Amino acid sequence: MRFQLSEDQRALQAGVRELLERRFGREALRAAVDTPGRLDRELWRALGDAGFFALRLPEADGGVGLGLPEAVLAFEEAGRALLPGPLVATHLAAGTVPGAATGETVVAAVYGELVEWLEAADVVLGDTGDTGGTGNTADTGNAADTGDTRGAEPLRSLDPLTPLHRVPAARDAAAAAPLADLLTAAEQLGTAVRVGELAVQHARTREQFGQPIGAFQAVKHLCADLLVRTETARVAVYAAAVTADPADIAAARLLADEAAVHGARDCLQVHGGMGFTWEADVHLHLKRAWVRAHRGGGSTESEELLAARLAA
Amino acid sequence: MDLSYTPEEEEFRARLREWLAKVLPTLPAKPPPDDWPGRRAYDLGWQRMLYDAGYADVHWDASPTTRLIFLEETEKAGAPYVGAGFVGLLHAGPTIAAEGTDGQRARWLPPILRGEEVWCQGFSEPGAGSDLAALRTRAWRDGDDYVVSGSKIWTSHAEVADWCELLVRTDPTAPKHRGISWLAMPMDADGITVRPLRTLAGSAEFADVFLDEVRVPVGNRVGAENDGWRVTMVTLSFERGTAFVGEVVACRRVLGELARAARENGRWDDPVLRRRLGRLEAEFRALWRLTQWNVSEAEASGGVPGAGGSVFKLRYSHARQELYDTAADVLGPGALDLDRPWVLDRLSALSYTIAAGTSQIQRTIVAERILGLPKGR
Repeated sequence: MRFQLSEDQRALQAGVRELLERRFGREALRAAVDTPGRLDRELWRALGDAGFFALRLPEADGGVGLGLPEAVLAFEEAGRALLPGPLVATHLAAGTVPGAATGETVVAAVYGELVEWLEAADVVLGDTGDTGGTGNTADTGNAADTGDTRGAEPLRSLDPLTPLHRVPAARDAAAAAPLADLLTAAEQLGTAVRVGELAVQHARTREQFGQPIGAFQAVKHLCADLLVRTETARVAVYAAAVTADPADIAAARLLADEAAVHGARDCLQVHGGMGFTWEADVHLHLKRAWVRAHRGGGSTESEELLAARLAA
Repeated sequence: MDLSYTPEEEEFRARLREWLAKVLPTLPAKPPPDDWPGRRAYDLGWQRMLYDAGYADVHWDASPTTRLIFLEETEKAGAPYVGAGFVGLLHAGPTIAAEGTDGQRARWLPPILRGEEVWCQGFSEPGAGSDLAALRTRAWRDGDDYVVSGSKIWTSHAEVADWCELLVRTDPTAPKHRGISWLAMPMDADGITVRPLRTLAGSAEFADVFLDEVRVPVGNRVGAENDGWRVTMVTLSFERGTAFVGEVVACRRVLGELARAARENGRWDDPVLRRRLGRLEAEFRALWRLTQWNVSEAEASGGVPGAGGSVFKLRYSHARQELYDTAADVLGPGALDLDRPWVLDRLSALSYTIAAGTSQIQRTIVAERILGLPKGR
């Protein structure tokens, strides 16, 4: 048992982080906030070129040939960078929807009642968006079903970086979409990591009463709790990527949602009044964490799945 | 990232399982919690069986992963907990092994492994709990002896212990972390009074130990004089990596029992309770993964547990309390009946956020040592 990142995985993590810092740094992030609803196609293709979408496709099919753990590390970095766009849906469509793997085609998916990036998408997939079971090879069967977006109504999205539509909820209850849940959990983990960094950075530098606020126990303990939630979510997400067990994925989703949402709120608190302004990035992380927490069934289904496992 | 075990580890697991299945049915009934002489005999008997089967030194010599498997399998099989042997096997023994002289190792280690001698821990004092280095029990030299006076508290199984790993102040003028020494005190020495301390769970789990001019040979000092704090830190680091493996396995078993009990008494139909159990399942799955992560990290770093221990302890001690609070919801009015299962566990879980460094101390450790926040108030 070597439940740690391998050298290759560390290199991949560093590579994705470096790519995102170069292609989607703070300036690009704030520019995106100022042009809501616009998906940067050039960035999307750059992600495609880097193998972000084709990460789990076999090399024979033009993919990178890596596994779920690597995908999870890449999505953690995407979450950390607050990268906008229907990343999960496009990644899961790679190999089944032409152009998705290379970033030529933007693929969105209907998750329950919500669709992210409907207008920017070239293709909208049906409810689960899950095309590959739990393995690496994509099922080329009926996955490219066009999502039913009849009656979609735009929302004035809470998250300036994620346009949302709501569709009538009449169809089947959301089918289990473990892979989408796992990748969402990985993005949430990235958010938790990032807001932790922001909180600690601020606590170290912001002075009040003649010393850094991080010297005050109340602030210290906020930061410590943030880290504890993040690290607990991290091992749950990584383990679920290794086992691909639906119960492990449900657990990962619960803990990662908690780590991201609660962490972003604590980060905002550490920032004090500055955290309540539009200029600070904290609110963007919190809003995205809220959007992701609503993706798919949300916490109820994960809790019920785990409870059912217990009683089995 | 890999969660599979090597063939050698799987073989260790299989052999251990087989052995446990053979010997556990031969064990006598467990003595009641307050019968300390009975518990001593029972726990030492179990240690002797481990010794004869070649498992006695798994806490000392085995790799962290092997230790993880040992603790996981013994707990799953319902084997006795290390019990009265805890301090000897997990604190004093490893300390003597790391810091003692050859003569000290030869004198004290074999009886611990063979289940012949019990140790207790004389660290905490009424005025030195979380602030352990504030301890005031004094020891001064008189010929070849130290003469020790003071008092200790929270000393588990002191009344049945043969030895006490004792922290004493040998230089009252030095800074508080510097003037401390580590002594092995025989519990049958003159001048020791043990008074059992009743906990809120009703049991005599701990004792006060009063020391009135107790003579301890200078040769019983482990490490240099006034170097006891560093020696103690060696001891405590052993506790971190795998200390809670058995407990996490046990909590997951309890969770399964709670689900079954809730189905039998109809409370399972309450979606709020059901979802709470589901969330606890997520929590304990994650805590198990955190254990595996920490063990892998310890293995990679040559056995030294990392700072992950504080992260684990913080999360686990609260989760354990939440688990037994949820048990109370499953029990309904039965939660007030001390004869029902889980009720005593609920009471004893209250100590988890206090013992071995309170949650508040742990948060400060995490903030300062892992996150690098400045020291302050």
